[in-house]
Order: sequence, then structure tokens, then C-alpha cells
Amino acid sequence: MVVEAPPTPAATVAPPRHRKIPPAVLLIGPSVVFMALLLGWPVVQGVLQAFKDDQGFTLEFVNRMVQDPYFWPAVRNTLLLIVVMIPLQFALAIAMALMLRSNPRLHKVHFFIWAIPLALSDLAAGLVWLAIFNDRGYLNSALSWFGLQGISWLAYDNQTSMFICVLIAELWRATSLVLIIVVAGLQGIPKDYDEAAQVFGATFWQRLRHVTLPLLKPSLQVALILRTILAFQTFAVAQALTGQNFPLVVGETYRWYTGLQNPNVAAALALVILVVSMVTSIFYLRALRDKNQGGLR
Amino acid sequence: MADIQISNLVKTYPGGSERATDDVSLSIRDGEFTVLLGPSGCGKTTLLRMIAGLELPDSGSISIGGRDVTYLPPNKRNLSMVFQSYAVFPHRKVRYNIGFGLRMAKVPADEIERKVQWAADLLQLGPYLDRLPANLSGGQRQRVAVARAIVMDADVLLMDEPLSNLDALLRLTFRSELKKIVQDLGTTTVYVTHDQSEALSLGDQVAVMRKGRIVQLGDPLDVYDAPADQFVGGFIGSPPMNFLDAAVSHDGGTLVLGEQQLMAPSILRSFAGKDVLLGVRAENVTVSNQRSSGDVAATVLVVEPMGSTVLLTVEVDGHNLKVQAPPTFKTAPRHTVWLGFAPNTMRVYDRETSMALEAK
Repeated sequence: MVVEAPPTPAATVAPPRHRKIPPAVLLIGPSVVFMALLLGWPVVQGVLQAFKDDQGFTLEFVNRMVQDPYFWPAVRNTLLLIVVMIPLQFALAIAMALMLRSNPRLHKVHFFIWAIPLALSDLAAGLVWLAIFNDRGYLNSALSWFGLQGISWLAYDNQTSMFICVLIAELWRATSLVLIIVVAGLQGIPKDYDEAAQVFGATFWQRLRHVTLPLLKPSLQVALILRTILAFQTFAVAQALTGQNFPLVVGETYRWYTGLQNPNVAAALALVILVVSMVTSIFYLRALRDKNQGGLR
Repeated sequence: MADIQISNLVKTYPGGSERATDDVSLSIRDGEFTVLLGPSGCGKTTLLRMIAGLELPDSGSISIGGRDVTYLPPNKRNLSMVFQSYAVFPHRKVRYNIGFGLRMAKVPADEIERKVQWAADLLQLGPYLDRLPANLSGGQRQRVAVARAIVMDADVLLMDEPLSNLDALLRLTFRSELKKIVQDLGTTTVYVTHDQSEALSLGDQVAVMRKGRIVQLGDPLDVYDAPADQFVGGFIGSPPMNFLDAAVSHDGGTLVLGEQQLMAPSILRSFAGKDVLLGVRAENVTVSNQRSSGDVAATVLVVEPMGSTVLLTVEVDGHNLKVQAPPTFKTAPRHTVWLGFAPNTMRVYDRETSMALEAK
């Protein structure tokens, strides 16, 4: 009878010698490769394109971008659009969502109609509004029907009216995204909180300020980040309505790439948008973090 | 503080065909603790929500302290309420939650602080004032909800099944605590529950509801001892009241249970020869192994020792009865025991309408 000592764990593992790949790496590996190829590589390419020519690293393209007469107006217009549009969109979306929550007659139909612009391509939306705002468009026709003189809303020398036209078209097109996020967020809040606030004497505005909006904060944060990043990328609507007359940063990127055939400056402009979007997102995440709830997140 | 007068309140929910409350009238005196008791769907919560102003009635009126509030919004009624889900604001600390109503009423900060401290001491929440509700247990959140309601000096305190989410032991301890707090405050209170033991232990008056109507309103002991109909008797008490088919003899002096006979309560003289339903509580039946005169024979089906008593399920004339015996009582299934009924504890009901019969 032969009694063998039980093999020690070291002895059984030792022979293969080379280390096994941990399963976690195997599991996330494909998506890391996928992300690197589809997202990481283009970003690296874009950065290189903006800062590198045949001789090596250069700031020439950045200089050309900054010195272009359209650059600063484009930056100014984009920021102005964001600063005016985002608060308006949120006010509208929250008001609309609260109206839907009070369950008016046909509220499902209202919600459906309000969500329609989401399904529309932004270029199509731009063309729809062009049909309204151009010199012989629906708006001027309506004005003349009332006996009023039509206005050249989209005239190149009238920055204010162009801005208002782009603003209205963008409000119409993009508020539905905020609406849908806010409606979903509201549905997730049990109605007991609002009822408790009512019973304890809170008025409508007190409930909105002290109960509804704070509880809605996570949804608002998501909507704000999404909407701001998308607003930096506003392009097709302004392009359809004003062409080059009301420059925006993404429009400039497009012009440098296709019109001026200079992908390097276009890449530098794209980087500006990337950096600004990232900075804003981080700012929102920090600013809207719940101070009371710090430990919970 | 104020009285509540509810008259002819009718409410049908949109899309529903049955009335959630069907012509309900109820009068609650100043400082009285009224319990609305009934199975789910009986309209008790709807009635409470109409008092709160969270639902509006189709017709009828509600007045609090002589003021008609039927169609006033909740924030104009000077109420406070404890919700079944507690509805403690999750984004605010306990301190803010308790002071919420006072803050909305723009009470000066130092007074809010003083009252919050008072309520927190009363409900043993002192150490938790600076916590968020997420970091509290269910029982503590419940205390926050009660504290928020009692700081208000409201005319009326409403409670919607406030104990139903607590575990059994906590429910029992908090029940007596709640009773003491409300007694000391002396606020008019309306309390909704489906738990009959809560209703009996807390209420000054109990309104038993069924299908949108109040079927019996009265002192808890009256409701327990003399249920107005078969439903109330079967709903209140643990075990519920026993019901047996019986017939009144032609002279009205005895009740006939199949082959056996019982002394009839005196009120039955006017129902001679009529078929009735006999109602009797488990603790009002004496159980014995020896026969004494007037006893009824029964066969034991199930023996359940409960610690303080032995609960027996027995059969008499094809009916199952639950009766209680002392814990030392010895018997076994299929044995015969003798049941003694005291005539004054028997309740008699009409077999068709199931309403209590009263002497004519």
C-alpha cells in the first residue's frame, strides 16, 4: 500500500508556470479594444492633426483658427445661444412636464405631440423654420395678411433677428429631449412627497422649490449635461436658416473642412468643442452634487 | 383644535362605477380620536384624503371647526398628516423635515428650532436630527413623520395606516407611545387602519366601514361586544365572532341548534318561531369536559395552544366554532366537550339581512 502525500497547491499550479489572464480582463477586454479603436484612435488622430504638420509639432493651425475673422463671432454666438437657450428650455420643459403630471384631458396625446421634434432630423427642422422665416415665408405672409410690412428676418446685417430665429428653431427642436428626461424623472418621484408638502401648508411655488426640484435634481443634471453638450454642437438649424451669416463653432469646423479644405484647422476647432464640453460637464457634476448627500453617491 | 362634521359625502373615482364613499356622514368632537376601520377598498383612505383635501368629493360637505373646507386646497385647511409611506423628504435632514410645516408657514427660526427640539425629545430623535432619512431605520423614519405632524399645532391630525410598515413588535410598542402622545396633545385625530386591534386600542370612537359606507360607529367596546351586523362581528376580534344557524322555539324561550337546545336571551321573545343567526365571541363560551345543565355537546376538531389560552376549533351541528379554554384544559381531536353559553353575551342576527335583531 502506497501512501502518497496530498499534493500541495503550489505543486499543482507550478508546472504550467506562465500566468493565467484574470477573467475580469477577458471580460472587459473586447469593449476596451472596441472603445480604443472607435473612440480613442480618432481622438488621438484629431489631436495630432491639429498640432502636427509635415515638419513636426506646430501651433500654426491654432493661430490660423484664432486669427480667422469668423472665429470669435462664432464663439460668441455659440455661447450666447447656450446662455439664452438652456434656461429657457429648462423652464419650458419643467412647466410642460408639470402640466402633464396634473393629468389633463388627453395628456398622452399632448406628450406625444410635444415629443415629435425629437424624431425630426435637425436639418429638416432647419428647413421647416426656413420656410417660416424667409422673406416670403409663412411668417411674413401672415403679417401681410394683417396688413403689416414683412421683415427680412434672416438678413445678413440683422444679427439680432437672426439670433432670435435660430433660438426659436432650436427651442422648438430640442426642448422635447429635456421634456422627456424631466417627465421620466417626475414619474420616478412618489406623489406622497408632493401631497405631504401640500398638507403641511406649502404653496405651489414652495413645493416646486423645496420638494419637486430638489427631488428632480438627478434628472435635471443628466438633461443639463446632455443639452449643453448638444448645444455646443448646434449646426444644421443655423446652417439652414442663415448659412454663413450667423457663424457657430461647429459651422466653422464644417467650413474649414469642406469649404477651405483644411482638415488641420477643422481639427483644432473640433478640439475646442471637445475641451469646452468636458469642462462644462465636470462643472455641472460638481456644482449640482448634493452637499447633504455627499456620502451617499 | 376643532371638531369635524362630515355630511353626505359621495365620491366616485373617474372610470370607476362603484362609489368609493357612499353618502357618508360622520361627526367627530373636538379632541376625539376617531378610527376609520375596514378591509382594503372600503373607502376609509378615500374619506381621510377628502378630509385632507387631497381628493375632492362629488357631493356632500366637510367642515372643520365650523368652517366649510369641502373644496379648499390642503394647504388652507390647517392640518397635519402622517402618511403610510411616511413621505419623509429624502433630500433633507431630519431637522428640516420635522420643521417643514413651520418653515412653510414662515414661523421665526428660533421658534422652529425650539419646537423641533421638543418633538425630537418626545420621540427620542435627538441624536438623529442631523442625519438624512436614508441613514435611519424604518421605525425612526416613522418617528420623524410623527414628529413632523405634531409640531404643527394643527386643528386636525390625520394618520393613514401609520404603523402598517413596522414589524409586529415595534408596532405594539409604538402603538402605546402614539396613544400617549396624542392624548397629551389633545388634538382631534382621524386614524385609518385595517387592523382591528389598533382600532380597539387607540380609538375613542371606531367607525367600521364597508363598501363605502359606515356600517357601525361607536365606542370600541360596544363595537366589539355588540357588532351591528355579521360583517362587523366577523371583522373585529381575533378570533372573529362565531356565527351559528339557530331557530327560536315557538314559546321564544329557547334556541334550537339542530338536535340541541339553548336558553334564549330575553330579547328573542318577540321572534318566536323565527330562524336566526347566533353570534358569540370565543371568550364568552365556557368549555368543560363535564356536562352541566344547558350545555351543548361539541366535537373537538383542532387544538391550538396559544400560551395564555388554548384555542379550540369545535363542531356543533355542522358549524365550526372557535372557543377559548384555559391553558391547563386537556382535550384532543375527536373528543366531546361541553359548551356553556351565557344568554346575555349572545348576539342574534337576522338570517337574511345579517343585521342585529333588537327587541320590538
